[in-house]
Amino acid sequence: MSIEVRQLSKTFNDFQAVKKVSLKLETGSLTALLGPSGSGKSTLLRMIAGLETPDSGEIHLTGREATYVSAKERNVGFVFQHYALFKHMTVFENIAFGLRVRKQGEKEIKDRVFELLNLIQLQGLEKRYPNQLSGGQRQRVAVARALAPRPEVLLLDEPFGALDAKVREELREWILKLHDETNVTTLFVTHDQQEAMEVASRILIMNQGIIEQDGTPIQIFDRPATHFIAQFVGETNFIDTEVSEKGLAVWGPFRFGVTPFFTVGQKIRIYFRPNDVYVTGQFETLQVKAKIVKTRFKGTTIEYKLDVGEGRIISAHLPKGVALASGFTEGSDVYAAITAFHVFPL
Amino acid sequence: MSQETIIISSKGKNSSLEPIVSLTEPGWVKFILIGISLLFLGLFLVVPLVEVFASALEKGIGFYFDAIRDPLALSALKLTLLTAFFCVVFNLIFGLASAWAITRFEFPGKNLLITLIDLPFTVSPVVAGLIFVLLFGLQGLMGHWLRDHNIQIIFAVPGIVLATIFVTFPFISRELIPLMQEQGSEEEQAAMVLGASSWQIFWRVTLPNIQWGLLYGVILCNARAMGEFGAVSVVSGHIRGLTNTLPLHVEILYNEYNFTAAFAVASLLTFLALVTLVAKAVVGARYSQEREVLPISHESERVS
Repeated sequence: MSIEVRQLSKTFNDFQAVKKVSLKLETGSLTALLGPSGSGKSTLLRMIAGLETPDSGEIHLTGREATYVSAKERNVGFVFQHYALFKHMTVFENIAFGLRVRKQGEKEIKDRVFELLNLIQLQGLEKRYPNQLSGGQRQRVAVARALAPRPEVLLLDEPFGALDAKVREELREWILKLHDETNVTTLFVTHDQQEAMEVASRILIMNQGIIEQDGTPIQIFDRPATHFIAQFVGETNFIDTEVSEKGLAVWGPFRFGVTPFFTVGQKIRIYFRPNDVYVTGQFETLQVKAKIVKTRFKGTTIEYKLDVGEGRIISAHLPKGVALASGFTEGSDVYAAITAFHVFPL
Repeated sequence: MSQETIIISSKGKNSSLEPIVSLTEPGWVKFILIGISLLFLGLFLVVPLVEVFASALEKGIGFYFDAIRDPLALSALKLTLLTAFFCVVFNLIFGLASAWAITRFEFPGKNLLITLIDLPFTVSPVVAGLIFVLLFGLQGLMGHWLRDHNIQIIFAVPGIVLATIFVTFPFISRELIPLMQEQGSEEEQAAMVLGASSWQIFWRVTLPNIQWGLLYGVILCNARAMGEFGAVSVVSGHIRGLTNTLPLHVEILYNEYNFTAAFAVASLLTFLALVTLVAKAVVGARYSQEREVLPISHESERVS
């Protein structure tokens, strides 16, 4: 177990940023801490690094209690969103910094820096200054600098947040590859769910200071644990209705089987993803009549706004090929069924 | 094409290339503005400067050097340099400490401290001198105690140094506070996580980042310390050869109708000022270069 956090809390003035959070990260794992801004994810990360002091709780790093150990002694690597490279040092000196302050020999330092330059594929740029590098290059140097002293854990705070979409995508792939090569326990904070799903094998979703769900990307996407996660991860439709009889809720023409534990009359919210709406031109069993009121091109899918009667509008996504072959346009009469949904009490 | 004319080819409504739109002021406005600036500069800066050196050399180069080599003038020069040195050292420490405290920590009374640092800018130097007389003079708060312990502050070198420190203490911290605020503490945090001690962080990360701003502040502080008249005049006692700084020495010579000698010593002070000015220009250029925010290039680069 590389990182273990128990009942960690932190309050800024009156704002409770982190509320009794506990988590365990296996050695060598790659985990994303996902959440909207203000959810406490950066604060949690900074407490693990020793850059913030928790009000209560414990932090254990590789089995040692580290709650009140100073950041300097924790042997963690930390990567900042805005790189925080030393402006007045070359790339070489930036990467060498953690080794120099540990008073390592010149030869060892040189070998390690060039090894890392290879790893980040910036060979030949060691004499450049940070302001002579692009954003993506700077962030790779920042990662190399953090890895140089061979930290037990690597923490990244929104590492790609300041970069444009194309570079972000490349760096996601790169960080995955880097993790495969170095196998250092990695925890990275992001507000970008796509990034979290693509990179991490495990995602912790934070909201309002607590971890709301902890699971694989598939679990997070297909089995959201809370209202918040159902809304936050991926696109979704939601409708509010009530349980009309034991085990059944009705919304317009749709009938939803719900758990019999809900009492009749209980208010519920039903979430379903646009790509879980099955749309055809011909009636198939269990479908309801709908009319396409709006279409929107979204790249690999096409979105239809469906009117299912009485002004009830839902959104459906079809793969582009299927959509184009079917010839649906605005005004087409179609049939729709909801194939997967999640129900939460209100 | 003249410099102030920019040619615009509009491809919009007027597809016919009907160009030549002057976007700047007409030439005469520019010349009048430059003329006024130069006139004032000449009248208020260059003419007096030339006058200082001309008057100083009025009675020949021999007299000029005699006036400068005069033991009283030399002792005034020595005292001025000594005072400036102590001021710079003290203000370096105070400036760094206060800027660090203000930009890195939250504490009660922080805004009051920021306001107080500006106090010497708003208080007349004469008042500043009087404060020290009232504190350390014979009739002052600590006068008896000081006399009993045989410590002389007012009408002695310590008084001069104290008064000058009071007048100059905003210079370095005022220079550093905005600079350190702008830079934030992320680099220092990065250094800390990398295992650096506070001492290593200061020498390897903080100081290199603020060195030009710091030097700039030192130069301004030094210039003011060497030229200070009002506050020093009140606490000095004008004892020739002992508590006379260069500005005070100039005044004494002048009041004795010894104009040429006064100007000769003044030229010395002016020379120090000119050296400072050059140093300031050089450091200032480096400083603004360092502070220049370089755009982060976002060009996509391949990661193979």
